[in-house]
Amino acid sequence: MKVQTIAEMTATGKSPDVLFWVGCAGSFDDRAQQITKAIARILDHAGVNFAVLGGEESCTGDPAKRAGNEFLFQMQAAQNIAVLNGYGIKRIVTGCPHCFNVLRNEYPELGGDYQVMHHTQFIQELIADGRLRIEGEQPFKGKRITFHDPCYLGRANGEYTAPRAALQQLDAELVEMRRCKKKGLCCGAGGAQMFKDAEPGTAEVNHLRSKEALDTQPKIIATGCPFCNTMMTDGVKHHGAESKVDVKDIAELIADAANLI
Amino acid sequence: MKSSSRGANKHQMALSQYVFFLLLVATASVFTRRILAVRRNILLGRDIDRSDRKGERWANMARVALGQSKMVVRPVSGILHIIVYVGFIVINLEMLEIVIDGMFGTHRVFADLLGGSQGLYGLMIGAFEWLALGVLLACVVFLIRRNVLRIARFHSAEMKPWPKSDANIILVTEIVLMSAFLLMNASDGLMHEEFAFALSSSLQPLLAGFSEAGLHLIERGAWWLHIVGVMAFLIYITYSKHFHILLAFPNTWYARLEPMGQMDNMAAVKKEVDLMMDPNVDPYAAPPEGEQAEAPAAFGARDVQDLTWKQLMEAYSCTECGRCTSVCPASLSGKKLSPRKVMMDTRDRLEEVGKAIGKADKAVSKDGAACANWGGDGKSLLGDYISEEELWACTTCQACVEACPLNIEPMGIILDLRRNLIMEDSKAPDPITSMFNNVENNGAPWAFPAADRGKWADSLDSETN
Ligand code: SF4
Ligand code: SF4
Repeated sequence: MKVQTIAEMTATGKSPDVLFWVGCAGSFDDRAQQITKAIARILDHAGVNFAVLGGEESCTGDPAKRAGNEFLFQMQAAQNIAVLNGYGIKRIVTGCPHCFNVLRNEYPELGGDYQVMHHTQFIQELIADGRLRIEGEQPFKGKRITFHDPCYLGRANGEYTAPRAALQQLDAELVEMRRCKKKGLCCGAGGAQMFKDAEPGTAEVNHLRSKEALDTQPKIIATGCPFCNTMMTDGVKHHGAESKVDVKDIAELIADAANLI
Repeated sequence: MKSSSRGANKHQMALSQYVFFLLLVATASVFTRRILAVRRNILLGRDIDRSDRKGERWANMARVALGQSKMVVRPVSGILHIIVYVGFIVINLEMLEIVIDGMFGTHRVFADLLGGSQGLYGLMIGAFEWLALGVLLACVVFLIRRNVLRIARFHSAEMKPWPKSDANIILVTEIVLMSAFLLMNASDGLMHEEFAFALSSSLQPLLAGFSEAGLHLIERGAWWLHIVGVMAFLIYITYSKHFHILLAFPNTWYARLEPMGQMDNMAAVKKEVDLMMDPNVDPYAAPPEGEQAEAPAAFGARDVQDLTWKQLMEAYSCTECGRCTSVCPASLSGKKLSPRKVMMDTRDRLEEVGKAIGKADKAVSKDGAACANWGGDGKSLLGDYISEEELWACTTCQACVEACPLNIEPMGIILDLRRNLIMEDSKAPDPITSMFNNVENNGAPWAFPAADRGKWADSLDSETN
């Protein structure tokens, strides 16, 4: 399959229905690239007319803003909004809840008004519309899966159902952690923590959270954020459970179940 | 007998009415002065418009403050709290009668109006008594939870002696007030059969040995204890975490309605960025007349005056319950950050600044604009109260905001302080500075060339399907 950049698509006189906003982790992080590919495969398979920005995409500015650098954030926002508006983008799907939150809530006031969806919401919509079917032998049938709510999808934007509805398709056994949904515990990566060492303390946040996930005895810990994915993967390793438990993004699970990987 | 004893006490009545009236006026004036001082302190904050979407605001207040929807997330303390809360409001209806009796020397003035103890009046007082018992028992359980069971959130570092005794003082006061109410009714019922109410009557065996005069003394004693206790309580709460009894209502009404993850875009920054991005603007041109005045004194918040009045109101509304801290990932992993401490620090600092301003204003003139006469004390919220280490431990997960039964947002203050740290002092841990540089130069928080952004798709190109 060929993932088109919007520049390439525009050159052929076409325009996309949906822009896939990949995000920095999804673009550069080895592990997160797998998630990005899974999302692209799903979009392609469902016949979605989509494009990416490629080299024209730039950090939304989220980590800068949360670290207190409003100047840098607004510079990034202005630059991205100029690009997005230049291409007349209306609809965006993001592979990262942080990008999702910023594009959805913080760009409109700065001149960037789009319909923004998180990839789990979009996948769920494709399933509900019958554009994406999950049929045949189910690789996850009966397996225990627990979903870790990303803060910026859950609490920040109140989306708890779409990711779970998507997971329902897998015919697996969904189990909830003690703290879930509104009460979900952070993985420890948000607010620019991902880019620095933790302050002195008695534990690492991701160790606490992955322990809570492991307490549900899962086969798979499902995530919806590349940063949560890194944090939970490291946490599972810390507890020595990496041979028994996989950490997978919902997009990867769905792509697998739909025979796209 | 009854009427004659009242008649014989005429002089005493007059004296007690006089004392009562003085106490009432004194309480009202101290209370009003304190409320005005708190209001002045809150208004030291930056302006912010929270008057939109009124319907949603009323609904929010009804749900969160009146309906206590976020309290019952934790059922045990939530339900006990509702008992105390309902008891507090309902029993205070009785206060109206007490105040009228106190002023005019009457005794149970509503009894005749409301059908006596066999009628509505009896029903109401009967219900109040059961509520009073409920409040009393709930307060006992609360005391046990705080002092015997040692529930973790009541014992973290910021729960120093004062916050701990604040809670205990209030609980003991409530118990005393409720006991006085029940005792008053019990002795009154012994003296005047028509004022015997079901619950308090069962206490009467305790008073069996007393003479009429003794009973009268007990009844009056309990009456005065009750009313003076309530007056003292009213003043006390304005200095205490129990201010939430009053502030919960405005605080939830003015609460932010945007999605929790939405952080405000700073208008002053937007203006500068717009200028930088606009090719038609000459960056060296002098700004049009009058525009410069709009630039903020500082970016982000260094001290309480740099926060918004809503954030300052939140500091006064905080109940120090620690629900925020008990779900904060930083606190849970033993970091120094505690969102409750952020709120307590903000309040302490605001009180300190407020006092200093009050003094300075008094020294100079009575009508000078607040703040104008105070040159600062060389201290600030950032640094002297809240350390950089605390600020950098926040993951911006909003768990504290979600957990707060009053919709307080500790995270907002943390982020405003971070903004000051970065935009005024360029003070950041080294990796954060590198992250900024990377975003600025490569458009990503890591040092990857922007041109490689699309590379992930290369391996897909060879696939066919
Ligand atoms: S937002 Fe910050 S202070 Fe609040 S709970 Fe999360 S880490 Fe703690
Ligand atoms: S901020 Fe809210 S949750 Fe935290 S201590 Fe204060 S009242 Fe309790």
